[in-house]
Amino acid sequence: MTAIASIVPVPRAADVLAMPNGAARPLADVPCHEVAEFHRLVVGARSRGRRVSALFGYPGEPGGDRIAIGVVLAADDDGVVELARTELDTATFPSITAACPEVHLFERELAEQWGVVVQGHPWPKPVRFQPPRRGRPDVPPTIGVTEFYAIEGGEVHEVAVGPVHAGVIEPGHFRFQCYGETVLHLEISLGYQHRGVERALASGPDLRSIHYAETLAGDTTIGHATAYCQAVEALAHAQVPARGLALRAIALELERLANHVGDLGALSGDVGFLPTAAFCGRLRGDYLNLTAELCGSRFGRGMVRPGGTRFDVTPELTAEILGRLDRALRDTDEAARLLWGTASVQSRFEDVGRVTREVAEQLGVVGLVARASGLHRDIRTTHPAGYYRFAHLPVSMVSSGDVFARAFVRYLEIKRSVEFVRRELGLLPGGATSGPVPPLRPEHVSVSLVEGWRGEICHVAITGASGRFAAYKVVDPSFHNWMALAIALRGQQVSDFPLCNKSFNLSYCGHDL
Amino acid sequence: MLNIFRTRLHQGHRTIRFPDEEPALPPRFRGRPVLDASRCPEGCSACVDACPTQALTATADRLALDMGRCLFCADCVSACPEGAIALSSEFRLAERIRDRLVVRSGERAEAQELALTGELRRLLGRSLKLRVVSAGGCNGCEADVNVLGTIVFDLGRFGIQYVASPRHADGLLITGPVTRNMREALCKTYEAVPEPRIVIAVGACAISGGPYAGHDEVHGGAASAVPVDLYIPGCPPHPLTILEGLIGLVGRARRDRVEGTTP
Repeated sequence: MTAIASIVPVPRAADVLAMPNGAARPLADVPCHEVAEFHRLVVGARSRGRRVSALFGYPGEPGGDRIAIGVVLAADDDGVVELARTELDTATFPSITAACPEVHLFERELAEQWGVVVQGHPWPKPVRFQPPRRGRPDVPPTIGVTEFYAIEGGEVHEVAVGPVHAGVIEPGHFRFQCYGETVLHLEISLGYQHRGVERALASGPDLRSIHYAETLAGDTTIGHATAYCQAVEALAHAQVPARGLALRAIALELERLANHVGDLGALSGDVGFLPTAAFCGRLRGDYLNLTAELCGSRFGRGMVRPGGTRFDVTPELTAEILGRLDRALRDTDEAARLLWGTASVQSRFEDVGRVTREVAEQLGVVGLVARASGLHRDIRTTHPAGYYRFAHLPVSMVSSGDVFARAFVRYLEIKRSVEFVRRELGLLPGGATSGPVPPLRPEHVSVSLVEGWRGEICHVAITGASGRFAAYKVVDPSFHNWMALAIALRGQQVSDFPLCNKSFNLSYCGHDL
Repeated sequence: MLNIFRTRLHQGHRTIRFPDEEPALPPRFRGRPVLDASRCPEGCSACVDACPTQALTATADRLALDMGRCLFCADCVSACPEGAIALSSEFRLAERIRDRLVVRSGERAEAQELALTGELRRLLGRSLKLRVVSAGGCNGCEADVNVLGTIVFDLGRFGIQYVASPRHADGLLITGPVTRNMREALCKTYEAVPEPRIVIAVGACAISGGPYAGHDEVHGGAASAVPVDLYIPGCPPHPLTILEGLIGLVGRARRDRVEGTTP
């Protein structure tokens, strides 16, 4: 190997299978490496401008004991995803985390779900406190019982919060190691929402599959349902009519609007600025109600189905939605401008909960959190699938990585999503909204990425010989981002936690699955 | 400061007039099921086979749909060749008794008041403080429970409030199927609420396990852990469905009618 090649290891064609987002290929085409080679491939990914979208275990062969590990690398500059896999002879795997921190949680998950011993992992703890999918452990895991990171010292104290919190939010356990009011470290321990939804998806497709997809993270119904449908449609080689694709994209942007507007209001409430909190609380509902005009459900339940969408729009409904959207944007803009124009709000937003670009990159952060730390990561632009291949959106970025940046990225995206919905709803392609979905091709793999409002949603589906799923992997953007919240809290005040937490607004159920 | 006042003026008054006036619902809203078994061809089980949560049962001349299991997905409506099932615009779905969530063809759905009675009514009728516990919910129910606190619904005007501690609460509002990993925390929270206490189960998950019914990882709803006083079905229920249930419980909304009575 030449000196240059060792600096920039260019993979040989056979090292990975490159394919576009939302495509399927025969599983046999995914190169299967020795463990050591697989290890090198993942470690070298970052130097090649790749990041890890998913790393997961699955049954190596039907009925057998062997565990296989698959990896999905996103090549943001090239617009492709790269797949590779390995099969374990023994249930051990040398940890990649020290060389490639972004896989830290994936490796913990691998250990928990498949009983693989990940050798040398710096933080080998449960992820969801779930029993392994194979075999029975001697001691079943008990939620919240693990070795928590602790700092000792005369004036160091610990604050433990949750799983039941003061607000109306999902359960999770947070432990702060504090010195006075300053947080030295925050450990986040989840799993309370674990309801077996990913495991159940893997035995599909069946009557419940789409409903599982819609409730992976209920506030991201359109995002996850679209990811599921794209994965299934790729395996089936189904052609979704353009009108169906356009309506999906419109519904996805409405979902983003509702959540971003709600978050601006909640951030405002967390710094005690009630006008914008009150206005945005109402406005969030106005956007949700637009989704309800489309499909009868404020959360988009029933809208996205394999093959397209279940609902169409009439010219009257289009006019109604456009009119209400204009009024909602005018009010949203006015409410948000109060935030940017109020010094007491800005002083609470700025320099709080900073995630530097370097840390964001190391942790493999995605979505609006990544864009607020100056990373160009937006699946709609880098890996466009569905209607985003035809209708483009600028990527909204801010570089400061603090609460302000995460709020302002939302503000920019609100404006751009409204522009998108306005334009695309006015130019809807004709024809049907849905087409037939043939049977899934056996022994194929598909990868589906969708930019949900939090960030990159990744679904990987593998079919067995019968054309049913042999494996199904879901990665919610929160899975990548929870650690970034923990890091953002370092050196902050304990009392800044609600504000920082809201600025990320991560999903508990999307993580716990 | 002037800017804030100006913005406040522009934004206007946004609190709905429910229950004094009927609220506007989207035309495609899917509410209380209406069943007409007289249209069912003999031996047909298309709707039963299409239901993802086994909410439907069909016998020789009867159809029954359990709203406690129903996701209101309308898969049965699409599957039925005869139009025997429809989802109406009726959003008043809450019930005090679990069995009343089952809609049966050929039976009139009689409006039943939800109000607490006796000592509970005296204690809680004018001030009801609830501690919300999400026990495996997908954040759909949680979000639409939370939204009642916004100026649109303004739950506080009915004397109902979500509180931060179970010690301050008169009862629990539970969402989610009660995961194995949340059962202990839920039970402890329940025990921390002073007696007399009430429990409200919101959403298909909290009533029956919803889409996760039968999973090893969940218990199958709030009633598997604690006694339930009010069931509010939906996946997730519309905020108005939740609101109507809550204010019905404290006697602030009367049910003069429930639409969707079946022939």
